[in-house]
Amino acid sequence: MKHVKTLNTQTLNNTVKKSGCGECQTSCQSACKTSCTVGNQTCEQKR
Amino acid sequence: MIHQYKNNGYNIVLDVNSGSVHVMDDLCYDVTEVLDRQYGELASESLSSPEISGILERELGSTYKKEELEEALLEIAELVKAGQLFTKDAFAGMVQMVKEHKTVVKALCLHIAHDCNLACKYCFAEEGEYHGRRALMSYEVGRKALDFLIANSGNRHNLEVDFFGGEPLMNWQVVKDLVAYGRAQEKLYNKRFRFTVTTNGVLLNDEIQEFINQEMDNVVLSLDGRKEINDRMRPFRNGKGSYDLIVPKFQKLAESRNQQKYYIRGTFTRENLDFAEDILHFADLGFQQMSMEPVVGDESDPYAIRREDLPAIMKEYDRLAKIMVEREKSGKGFQFFHFMIDLDGGPCVVKRLSGCGSGTEYLAVTPWGDLYPCHQFVGQEEFLMGNVDDGIVKPEIADEFRSLSVYSKESCKNCFAKFYCSGGCMANSYHFHGTLQDTYETGCEMERKRVECAIMIKAALAEQGKEVYHEEK
Repeated sequence: MKHVKTLNTQTLNNTVKKSGCGECQTSCQSACKTSCTVGNQTCEQKR
Repeated sequence: MIHQYKNNGYNIVLDVNSGSVHVMDDLCYDVTEVLDRQYGELASESLSSPEISGILERELGSTYKKEELEEALLEIAELVKAGQLFTKDAFAGMVQMVKEHKTVVKALCLHIAHDCNLACKYCFAEEGEYHGRRALMSYEVGRKALDFLIANSGNRHNLEVDFFGGEPLMNWQVVKDLVAYGRAQEKLYNKRFRFTVTTNGVLLNDEIQEFINQEMDNVVLSLDGRKEINDRMRPFRNGKGSYDLIVPKFQKLAESRNQQKYYIRGTFTRENLDFAEDILHFADLGFQQMSMEPVVGDESDPYAIRREDLPAIMKEYDRLAKIMVEREKSGKGFQFFHFMIDLDGGPCVVKRLSGCGSGTEYLAVTPWGDLYPCHQFVGQEEFLMGNVDDGIVKPEIADEFRSLSVYSKESCKNCFAKFYCSGGCMANSYHFHGTLQDTYETGCEMERKRVECAIMIKAALAEQGKEVYHEEK
C-alpha cells in the first residue's frame, strides 16, 4: 500500500480459535501490583 | 470503533475491534476520520458508493484532488475487506460464554511478611501491616496455601506464586522452605511453579541473590529513581534514606541475572511529575528492565496524583516515549513495562475479556492464611473469601469478580483502550467508587496515554526496520 503501513499481521479475531488455555502469566504478578495492564502480556502459546 | 491520533509525527489509526494498527499518511488519515465520523462501521462494498465520494469531496475537496481521495478509498476498502478497519465488535456476544467458563486458581500472592523495614510514605500496605497487626507467615500456613493452589488449579500446568509483603526478605527462611516444598510437589502433580519475589532490597545479600537467581522466575526490585526522590518517599523507619544501601545491591543482582527476568520498579507521585528523569536515572544506573507506576491514593494525600496533574503526566509520557525511540535507535534501548505492547503475540481474546484475574484466578493469602481477591483487598473484611484450611467459603465474591468485564462496565464501553487494560484495576474501582463495576478515571487517562505511546514506539521502530515487537526477556 502507498498510503498505509499496517504494524500487525494478526487481528484479535485470529486469537479466538486458540483462546483461553490460561497458561499465561497473571497480569498483576509481573511488575505493576497497583493497576491492570493486560495488553502487554505475552501469549504462552507463542513462546 | 476507530481511535486515531498523531504522536511524534506519526498518524496512527487503531481499529479497536480487530486490534489492527495502521500508520497512515495525511490523506488516508483524514479520509478515515471523515468516514468514522459519518459512518462508524462500514462494509468494503459501500466505499465505492457515490454518496461516500460526495461526502469526501465536500469535506476534503479543498485539500486533496478527487483522484487522491479515490486512491485513498481503494486502500481503505482493502483494509475493511481484510477485517482490519471499521470492524464490528465480535466479542460482545462472546463475553457471556467467557464469564460462565469455570475458572481455576493459578496464581497466589503470598503475604509472607506483614512487616517492613522501610516506612514508605505512600504504602498501601501501611508499612506492611495492611490495616492489621504485624505478622510473619508460618511455613505451615504457606504449605497449606501451596496445597490449596495445587488442589484448585485443575489442568493448569504453570502456577505462579509471588512472595510479597511487607518485605518478604524479613521471613526468608520460610520463603526458601516453601520453594523447596513447591518443587517437591511439582513432580507429584505435574505442575510447574513460577516463583517471584518483590523486595525493597534492604536485606539482600549474596546468599539470597544466589537463591533468587536459582529459583525465581522474576524479581521485582522497589526503587523510586533519583536519590532525592527515592529517599523522600522510601525512608527507613528512622527517617534515613534507603537509596545508598539498596542501589549497589540491585545493580549487582540485575547484572547477575544478565539484565533479564527482573524489574526495577518505582512509584511516582505528584512530587515527581518529571518521572521520566527517574526512569532515565535507572537507565544511567545500568538497569534495562523498568517499571514506574503512578501512586494510587486519595486526592487528599499530599503526594497523590490529582486530575489537575494529568496534562503534565501526559506530556511526560510523550517525552519518555520519544527518548526511548532515540535510545533504541542508538543501541541503548531499555524496556519500560508500561510501554510494552505485543501487537501480534499478545494475549488472546479470552484473556482480554477476563481481566486481571483477581478474585478468580489470582488470590492473596495473608500471613495467617486468609484468602482475599488480591493484595489490594487484604484487610477489607467484606472481601474475605475463605482461608487455606477451608478453601473458598464465599464463592459469591468470586462470582462477582468473574462477572466483571469491559462490557459490564459502562465507562469501558466506548474506550479505545478496553482490550489493553481489560477493565482496569478492580481495587482502584472499589477504593474510589465503592463498587467493582466502575473505573478509576485518572488511572484510565494515564493508561490510554501509555497505550498511545507504546504504539507510537512500535511505529517508529518499524520505520527504522527494527524488530517491531521487543520481546520481554
